[in-house]
Amino acid sequence: MIRRIGLWALITGLAAGLFSAQAKPAKVIAIKNAWIIPVVGDDIDGGTILIRDGKIEALGKDVAVPAGTEVVDARGLRAYPGMIDGYSFLGLQEITGVNETVDNRETGRINPQVRALEALRYDSMHIPISRSNGITAALVAPTGGLISGQSALIKLDGWTERQMAIQVSAAMQIEFPPIRGGRGGFGGGGGMRGGAQTADATRLITELRELFAKARAYEKRKAYAAKTPSAAPPDFDETSEFLSPVLKGELPVMISVHADRDIRAAIQFIKDENLKAIFYGAEQGWKVAEDIKKANIPVILSDLYAMPPVWEDGYDQLFRNPVILNKAGVKIAFASSSASVAKDLPYHAAKAAAFGLDKKEALKAVTITPAEIFGVDKIMGSLEKGKAANIVLADGDILEQRTNIRKVYIDGRETDLSNRYTELLEKFKKK
Amino acid sequence: MTKIFRICFLCAVLLVSNARPAPAADGDLLIKNGTILTVTKGVVPKGDILVLGGIIRQIGPNLAPPAGVKVIDAAGRFVIPGLIDSHTHIAIAGTNEGSEAITPEADVGAVVNADDTAILTALSGGVTMAHTMHGSANPIGGPNVVLKMKWGRPSEELLVPEALRTLKFALGENVKQSSRVVQAGGPPPRYPQTRMGTNAIIRREMLKAKAYLAEWDRYAKLKASKTPPANLLPPRKDLRMEVLSDLLRGKMVARVHDYQATEALEFIEIAKEFGFKVQCLEHAWEAYKIADELAAAKIGISVFADSWAYKMEAAEGIAYTAGYCAKRGVLVSINSDSSERIRRLYNDAAKSMKYGGLTETEALSLVTINPAIQLGVEKIVGSLEVGKQGDIAIFNEHPMSAYTRCDMTIIEGEVYFDRAQYLKDREEAEKKAPPAPAKKDGGRS
Repeated sequence: MIRRIGLWALITGLAAGLFSAQAKPAKVIAIKNAWIIPVVGDDIDGGTILIRDGKIEALGKDVAVPAGTEVVDARGLRAYPGMIDGYSFLGLQEITGVNETVDNRETGRINPQVRALEALRYDSMHIPISRSNGITAALVAPTGGLISGQSALIKLDGWTERQMAIQVSAAMQIEFPPIRGGRGGFGGGGGMRGGAQTADATRLITELRELFAKARAYEKRKAYAAKTPSAAPPDFDETSEFLSPVLKGELPVMISVHADRDIRAAIQFIKDENLKAIFYGAEQGWKVAEDIKKANIPVILSDLYAMPPVWEDGYDQLFRNPVILNKAGVKIAFASSSASVAKDLPYHAAKAAAFGLDKKEALKAVTITPAEIFGVDKIMGSLEKGKAANIVLADGDILEQRTNIRKVYIDGRETDLSNRYTELLEKFKKK
Repeated sequence: MTKIFRICFLCAVLLVSNARPAPAADGDLLIKNGTILTVTKGVVPKGDILVLGGIIRQIGPNLAPPAGVKVIDAAGRFVIPGLIDSHTHIAIAGTNEGSEAITPEADVGAVVNADDTAILTALSGGVTMAHTMHGSANPIGGPNVVLKMKWGRPSEELLVPEALRTLKFALGENVKQSSRVVQAGGPPPRYPQTRMGTNAIIRREMLKAKAYLAEWDRYAKLKASKTPPANLLPPRKDLRMEVLSDLLRGKMVARVHDYQATEALEFIEIAKEFGFKVQCLEHAWEAYKIADELAAAKIGISVFADSWAYKMEAAEGIAYTAGYCAKRGVLVSINSDSSERIRRLYNDAAKSMKYGGLTETEALSLVTINPAIQLGVEKIVGSLEVGKQGDIAIFNEHPMSAYTRCDMTIIEGEVYFDRAQYLKDREEAEKKAPPAPAKKDGGRS
């Protein structure tokens, strides 16, 4: 045990100090001469972005720069909105094989009461690595069981987990029980992941429905008791308590679901329970793209670094899935599904583009679309007047591996791009 | 709904059509008008490659196709050497003989499985050759094998006889069984359980092998003498010692799974002590800490691009490793160690441009000529040069771009993967799909 604690001290010790100074006094910054790619709206070649109080005050060709403004010359660079990772384990996993450093999976099956943010290791060594690749926000999700807990939407900068929170509670994570099991990759060696692997899927779906029914009855009884002095309130029920915001439509559910049949069953579940829903995974979404579109459910795609769910789907199926969903009009966003390689988010988008997704659509799917899906598109996801100044300056296409990220601003603050990689490299360069 | 049913049907058809490409026997083809990235001899902006009998005969502009030779139009596309994965476990039946710590007799070459679909996966990412290795459960694992990704051909045709014979060693957490939980009543822990023990057991085996060799030498000398003793008996043959003897005689080279700098350096000390060759360190996540030592000892590394932090000994594996070590003069290759990751080796190689500042050609070398040198096959593959085997991949965009895709993979002048054909087959199958049954209620379970 002492050995483990020692190791952990080593990790945190090295990772400390890798993030930026927050809460510096607000200042006015002008990024000049950049090729601005706002994502929403046309590109502006050789434009200026004026930042005040952490927000974009103006952008365009002819922006007046007030005296005393800090000017950043971005000649030769492109300005993008910071990318948003649709599903990650940032801050919840450090070294996946060392259990002491893993906090994304609570024991038991029904855990609507647990919140990812409350376990977020704000000084995780993985966060500055993602940030230095142009990612400025991420969903951090709990996994496992049937109801995994509440995910959080965070910005990748801050001295505490609360400073980093954009949404303390972003969605209720549900892992939909897979009807189809056993065959090929379904839950086994192939591309399908997550889900409560069981032959008793029907029973589990029934259990899920019962939990929602029970929570509804609990709400009703609570409401009745509140206005009826003679009526006793229901006995406290933790699950019902924490499902309440979901029932009221205040909190969306994010349903992990993978195979076509399960997706259709999940659509029915969402309809019956009248839920605000987001899908995560949907590896076989292409087979039921029209159903997903009709149900108007956006999809956070799981990472594309996996084998096709079943061989018969074709070797390129995971790469083609986003293309077909996008064509059908389904809202898609990419995700790293990782902590240690969350930095690879842009490459998932590029991979789909290599197999037919329009490059602009690919870019949207790591910026404005995830912002829309999480309901934060009014404040982030594109470079527009009034939005948070989450800006990435890059020497090339932001989805390219060859591109270097030069500066990353979050809420108008320039962030520190050093990280565990660079710290170790610099140390041993001195050897 | 109709569509779903049709797709299911066509997939079944595809599987059949993908299963066995008809192997044309001649190995002749002409690739026209591509941007040729030779890796070793620069870039030919618009050129042709003529392959006859499986061998590259000519590279240059405006080559005329000899009669009857298949022509492939690569206009607007990139023609590169077939990629080589220096460390995999694909296309074998069984990876680890983990019951004992020392198993040099457990030869991976004896269990080649040509039906592993990972071969097809590899081809879809432009990979034509892979080093398929014994696992990392044992300090001394067993001999590895070098295979060409000839999907549809019998196992023996996949073997590459020109390749170096390599022997797998492993150090660190895996061999000391860090993640193993000893259960009451279960088997006791296997020796070794520490890095000290790991080195000690390897040294012990090497001492035994040295003695074994000496005993055979003594026997050979006596037998060759003018008056051999009466009743001279040969020493007892030991299959483990036979393999280690080959290593000590220089007939094999060591490939060593390691993570930490100390264990790597100490293994190199053992190799010096016994005079065998360490060809390459596998994973070697701390190689950047000892880059100069590795360069001086002429020991290569075969590493991940950025897969790290999955266990304690991988906690300091930085994505700069490949690029930085290459710049310090270490022979570096990037491997997949995975039947999925193998199809995006080119993506992994490209990361060394951002992390390490390599040029496009240097980055591409990490998955072509460098692994070829590590496997001792640089005279026959690893670059596009006249006289080398016609192992070629064609990409739609520059292979170091994130937007690129492999369109065709060729081994010895034979097309083993053709995306255009795949798409055509898919379309054909879609047409042939039977009508779907009537739609039932929306999937309610």
